[in-house]
Amino acid sequence: MSSKKKIIVIGNGMAGARLVEDVLARGGAEKFDFVVFGDEPYGNYNRILLSGVLSGTHDPKDIFINSLSWYQENNIKLHAGIRVTSIDRENKIAHGTDGTISVAENYDYLVIATGSSAFVPPFEGLKSEDSDKNKDGVFVFRTLDDCEAISNYAAGGKKAVVIGGGLLGLEAARGLLNFGAEVHVVHLMSHLMDMQLDAHGGAALRRSMEAMGVNVHTEKSTSKILGNGHVTGLEFKDGSILECDMVVISAGIRPNTQLAKDAGLTVERGIVVKDCLTTIDDENIFSVGECAQHDGKVYGLVAPLWEQTAVLADRLTGRKPEAAYKGSKVSTKLKVMGIELAVMGEKEAAHPDDEVVVYNEPGRGIYKKLIVRNGQLAGAMLLGETSTAPALLQAFDRNSLLPENRAELLFALNYESSGGAVSVDAMVDEAQICNCNGVSKGAIVNAVKGGCRTLKSLCDATRAGTGCGSCKSQVKEIFEFAAGDSAVEDPSIHYYVPGVPMNKVDLIEAIKDQELKSVSAVFDALAAGTEDPASKIGLASLLKTIWPGEYDDERDARFINDRVHANIQKDRTFSVIPRIYGGVTSASELRRIADVADKYNVKMVKITGGQRIDLLGIEKEDLPAVWKDLGMPSGHAYTKAFRTCKTCVGTEFCRYGVGDSTGLGIKIEKRFQGIEAPHKLKFATTGCPRNCAEATIKDIAAMAIEGGKWEVIIGGAGGAHVRKTDLLVTVETHDEVLLYMGRFMQYYRENAKYLERTWSLVERMGIEKLREILVEDSEGICARLDADIQAAVDAYVDPWLEAEEPHHPSQFMNSLVQIQPMQPTYAGVVM
Amino acid sequence: MQLNTTTLIETDLTGVVINLGTIYRIPRGEGREFQIGDEEIVVFRTRKGQVYGVQSKCPHREGALADGITGDGKVICPMHAFKFELATGHPIGNDCESLKTYQVEVSDSGEILLHWSSKIM
Repeated sequence: MSSKKKIIVIGNGMAGARLVEDVLARGGAEKFDFVVFGDEPYGNYNRILLSGVLSGTHDPKDIFINSLSWYQENNIKLHAGIRVTSIDRENKIAHGTDGTISVAENYDYLVIATGSSAFVPPFEGLKSEDSDKNKDGVFVFRTLDDCEAISNYAAGGKKAVVIGGGLLGLEAARGLLNFGAEVHVVHLMSHLMDMQLDAHGGAALRRSMEAMGVNVHTEKSTSKILGNGHVTGLEFKDGSILECDMVVISAGIRPNTQLAKDAGLTVERGIVVKDCLTTIDDENIFSVGECAQHDGKVYGLVAPLWEQTAVLADRLTGRKPEAAYKGSKVSTKLKVMGIELAVMGEKEAAHPDDEVVVYNEPGRGIYKKLIVRNGQLAGAMLLGETSTAPALLQAFDRNSLLPENRAELLFALNYESSGGAVSVDAMVDEAQICNCNGVSKGAIVNAVKGGCRTLKSLCDATRAGTGCGSCKSQVKEIFEFAAGDSAVEDPSIHYYVPGVPMNKVDLIEAIKDQELKSVSAVFDALAAGTEDPASKIGLASLLKTIWPGEYDDERDARFINDRVHANIQKDRTFSVIPRIYGGVTSASELRRIADVADKYNVKMVKITGGQRIDLLGIEKEDLPAVWKDLGMPSGHAYTKAFRTCKTCVGTEFCRYGVGDSTGLGIKIEKRFQGIEAPHKLKFATTGCPRNCAEATIKDIAAMAIEGGKWEVIIGGAGGAHVRKTDLLVTVETHDEVLLYMGRFMQYYRENAKYLERTWSLVERMGIEKLREILVEDSEGICARLDADIQAAVDAYVDPWLEAEEPHHPSQFMNSLVQIQPMQPTYAGVVM
Repeated sequence: MQLNTTTLIETDLTGVVINLGTIYRIPRGEGREFQIGDEEIVVFRTRKGQVYGVQSKCPHREGALADGITGDGKVICPMHAFKFELATGHPIGNDCESLKTYQVEVSDSGEILLHWSSKIM
């Protein structure tokens, strides 16, 4: 006899199967045996994608979440095609049948996840006169079998009417268009999708649909289905008639509750459950999904259902015995007939103080509306263009305070971060997304189908987005597109490094509290001693920022470039770039560089984009000697730190110059050289707004303007991502420029995520907020920031001094021992 | 033995155990290479004092694994961040072939001992 408890799940749809998965994922296989009853003779499929099957974008086999073999592998007994007909609560037995065979299973716990079915109003003339079946040509749209029946019937230029202009109805209409049918949608209410959209939104959607060739009839109440054995048309309450060859009824769904009702459970609109998802009548019987009613609400979307199954799985497995379901905030992002749509929360203002923000552009079918209450998002709808939907959904879910500038919520102000011009679903499978690792859209979609349900597992499996990272937002979009609602929130995306489960703020606090001064100390204290190699470099960077001068510098936590202070090349030689302050050099310096190039057989001498000279092809063993011969400090061209300050000739020679940019650039480099940061920092100074030094695409820069002033500008980018700087502050002297530059640098060092460039921080926080903090001192931290950057400046030591005193005897060695075979005249090893 | 130059040893390779010298020549948490005849091996010394031996070149594009980052029994190649399990040589998250592994240990006196197959090179 097994000591395990037995759970019966009635319903093998999205809720039932998900519950089983959730319990198994929490180690529930040790505690439970599962028996699953499913009405349909299949494994479990993603019902949301049925419209894709109907419209031909998805093959039926692609929408299966779990195949029949999955049930076997996990020792789940599946009764496919068997409908449960009664529940014997007294003896804890469920009885089922497929019409011929009867099945009885006893249970310890019973989960009712029977979902819902299509609601068919009792239209006159629905049934054939001589049978109880619907007239030929009349369909509902709910199951894979419905899909197949509609497809088979619609082929070949029929005239089709969809009754119901809600979400499902419009998706059915889209599917029918693909069969070359003349498609009509009749809707009872005054506008389409009235559950989700306001009248303006409904009208905008209608225009877009009509442009695609769908005929829309609103405020039409169907009274009669015409035809003799076979549908020939519809008659409406207003007396009008619409002729047609087929009808798809999509008039809403009704929870499947008869079984529960027969078993004596309380049923209102759905099966009534408590916060623990048990029925109010029987503590061994639970209900989740579209058939359950919690706090008066029945949910018809998939996200609430996921939340319910997670809570129930937490309770059943004892992982969180007190877990409670508190209702869901309803939001959805979808596509109706190729039209992007995102809706969440309320659709109309409900209080006198509600702020309603609307943008309406009928020409392009775009309509956007926000309902803001107490500075938080109470509801939103985006139609036709949804690039800001992820940010809105996040603000909605978390009740976060919205930025003052509401336009940021309606429009992706940065073109590139919205993923560019082509939407991901319009891309062909061969389209290369990750240009570093050559990963195509098809490969990403396949990995998701193959089971990657978090963005991180996807990136690990395909390497997409693991190169320069500039494609990450696109990878994320494709992931969301492919995974749909099966995507799982991955807590590790909020971690500063993957191997320590803490965000940056908490991590810094723990490091300071516990005085952790080395990478290994952090692993021991905060990651149970597991030294995740992918986390070492990020931790080293952070510790160096937190403990200037005190940091216990374990060299194995550094990337090879930072161990040998040069940039590794594909043939394992290194590139050496000495610092040339402000790009100004001299004849004697150039002579020394030339001599080094000759002496060490440098393969290429190259002028860099940062106004310096790069010596390429130097062996690791030669690095110390090269540095000594150069007699110049390191240019830090290999590390996540202050890099270089590009300058123009400024007032000294240029006839346009209005500020001494060269002198300022040299001061900047001398002050900030070697200061490490979450990512590299490129500076520039330019002597006039002609901007020859390209200051407006640098991380931090200063631009001289007429009147003896300098603009300190930040957050520019000119690499994989291109962005123009924002103005932080306008000042008058070099010293003030240095002050504000240093202050922003320190703020960036403390607040950016590892490998986050300044442009991203500036975009994320907004320049107004940064001005408040760094110029107006709204948080009272400016003096502290100034002191901390000064400490970092004071702690600077030229790493190339290790030429004289290596950190370790084998620091610059590749190979320690060479053993050469000789004639085997004697055995043994001479040491 | 000098610490900062490559040691040259001539021997026949029929012996089963080769002494590669003191562990302290490898900085903690790092790896260094050893050339045994035609084979290049990298030995990693973990912070906790274990050693692992694998082939020196990454099968992807011949990156020098000795210059990689290690931890938790794994190495990340410095070239393109391909990851491998050190004990087994198995690739992690990539479909490269496995690294060849070598049996190494640290003697009581702190010497690295390589258990070499008894073939004659």
